[in-house]
Amino acid sequence: MRRFALITVPYFWLLILFLVPFVIVLKISLSDVALARPPYTPQLDLSAGWEGLRAFFSELDFENFVFLTTDDLYWKAYVSSLKIALVSTLLTLLVGYPIAYGMARAPNEWRPTLLMLVILPFWTSFLIRVYSWMGILSNEGTLNTVLLWLGVIDTPLQIMNTNTAVYIGIVYTYLPFMVLPIYSALEKMDESLIEAAEDLGCSKLAAFWLVTWPLSRNGIIAGCFLVFIPAIGEFVIPSLLGGSGTLMIGKVLFEEFFSNRDWPVASAVAVILLLILIIPIILFQRNEQKAREAEG
Amino acid sequence: MRRFSWFNVTSLTLGFAFLYLPMVLLVVYSFNESRLVTVWAGFSTKWYGELLRNEEFLDAAWVTLKVAVFSSTIATVLGTMAAYVLVRAGRFRGRTLFSGMIYAPLVMPEVITGLSLLLLFIGIGLDRGVLTIVLAHTTFSMCYVSVVVSSRLTSFDRSLEEAALDLGCSPFEAFRLVTLPIIAPAVISGWLLAFTLSLDDLVIASFTTGPSATTLPIKIFSAVRLGVSPEINALSTLLIGIVTVGVITASIVTKRAAVAQARDEQAAERNE
Repeated sequence: MRRFALITVPYFWLLILFLVPFVIVLKISLSDVALARPPYTPQLDLSAGWEGLRAFFSELDFENFVFLTTDDLYWKAYVSSLKIALVSTLLTLLVGYPIAYGMARAPNEWRPTLLMLVILPFWTSFLIRVYSWMGILSNEGTLNTVLLWLGVIDTPLQIMNTNTAVYIGIVYTYLPFMVLPIYSALEKMDESLIEAAEDLGCSKLAAFWLVTWPLSRNGIIAGCFLVFIPAIGEFVIPSLLGGSGTLMIGKVLFEEFFSNRDWPVASAVAVILLLILIIPIILFQRNEQKAREAEG
Repeated sequence: MRRFSWFNVTSLTLGFAFLYLPMVLLVVYSFNESRLVTVWAGFSTKWYGELLRNEEFLDAAWVTLKVAVFSSTIATVLGTMAAYVLVRAGRFRGRTLFSGMIYAPLVMPEVITGLSLLLLFIGIGLDRGVLTIVLAHTTFSMCYVSVVVSSRLTSFDRSLEEAALDLGCSPFEAFRLVTLPIIAPAVISGWLLAFTLSLDDLVIASFTTGPSATTLPIKIFSAVRLGVSPEINALSTLLIGIVTVGVITASIVTKRAAVAQARDEQAAERNE
């Protein structure tokens, strides 16, 4: 009896507040926009009984999904989100790997402090960390002021409101997600393997490429997915740092819903976004599974 | 003894400069006399004064705190229950769906979670405000809590619970007297995580709130959309300060607890 209650409470909570809402999104994505409250049609009328149910289902269609494929804005937004997420994941790897490597090879007594320094920003507000770059990247911002003063440039660089600013924002905010898995992979590594490789005639670079890099692969893959997956649906970064030319699907969905009040299209955008995300999520889980099996 | 190589020192210095310089600049410019955030015009704390006189910010801060306390507390209870079910309850009908629903919100884009919850609240005719934000925050943060707690539950020795049951404890007493003290650090960090996630959330709160309740992130977002402002810098500095103190205190406390536990275990082994 107690076991039953223990299972039921969290189960029903998630069923009602997680699963049912998705069914609603799916349903509305098949409806049509209407000038009504709520602004879509058909409405499910249970009082009409079986007939009402049939009428309801007969009015659902894939019109919104067809619309998404015909309107340039949407598929361009999906492609551009994927591109921005991919490029910034690679950039994060480039920035994050040396940090993780430096941490894993630091003296033992330093490691807890270094780990703390990487985790601390993660606890700080995401919004504030994105905001902190607005003061740096703007035309009169710190970066341009310093570069002008140094005489490197004559006119301020336009970084703010471009995709470059979005890349910087994503790399900055998601960096801990990349550093931590790579660090934990590198930390577990047996360093005598490198010595062995060097004794056998490898240069330092070759030893890194042939020994260290493959052994940290699980960490790299995990880190890349942890950056890539949330970056696709990102909303805050493109809307604060990006410009009118920055197309990202999270932003499109937000605006479709709040500015255009087109709920059916916004729901269809969400459904497609979810379908796109399923592939990297499954790949990520496979990688985790393999890593667990390899460990024991 | 291992030493830093020059390469590692360089990469760590550059890396941490990249991580911390933006926040340092944010803090420095919060003490700037000028409204122009980029021109230094002397030291001043006037923006903090303006902030404390700004009723809208204070209201939003109060709403945010209420939401965070309620949602993280409910999420901790539900998340701990869910973790217990996942690790201890064995097989039951719909277990796969249950674990799926625990892990899915962790990878779900916030825009989708927000949109779907809003459509639910409208569908059932629930007035949007503090209550709906609490419901929304509880739902996604209970999943984080259950992940943190279940990793602790899997790692501890189940025979301790069985011993308590053999010695005449009811299942609930065994949980309260044996399991809970052991998983307490994970439950506390789960609560802290849920609390921070709630304080920080902009997207889901924007979808699920109504005109009656504005949270601090919503307020900050609408202010910074128009550009950089020194009041926001002051507010950010306060928030960064609170988080830093909190995280450092928490890490000292857990370190002490770990040391004490190791000492107890050693003592127990000596007695055997």
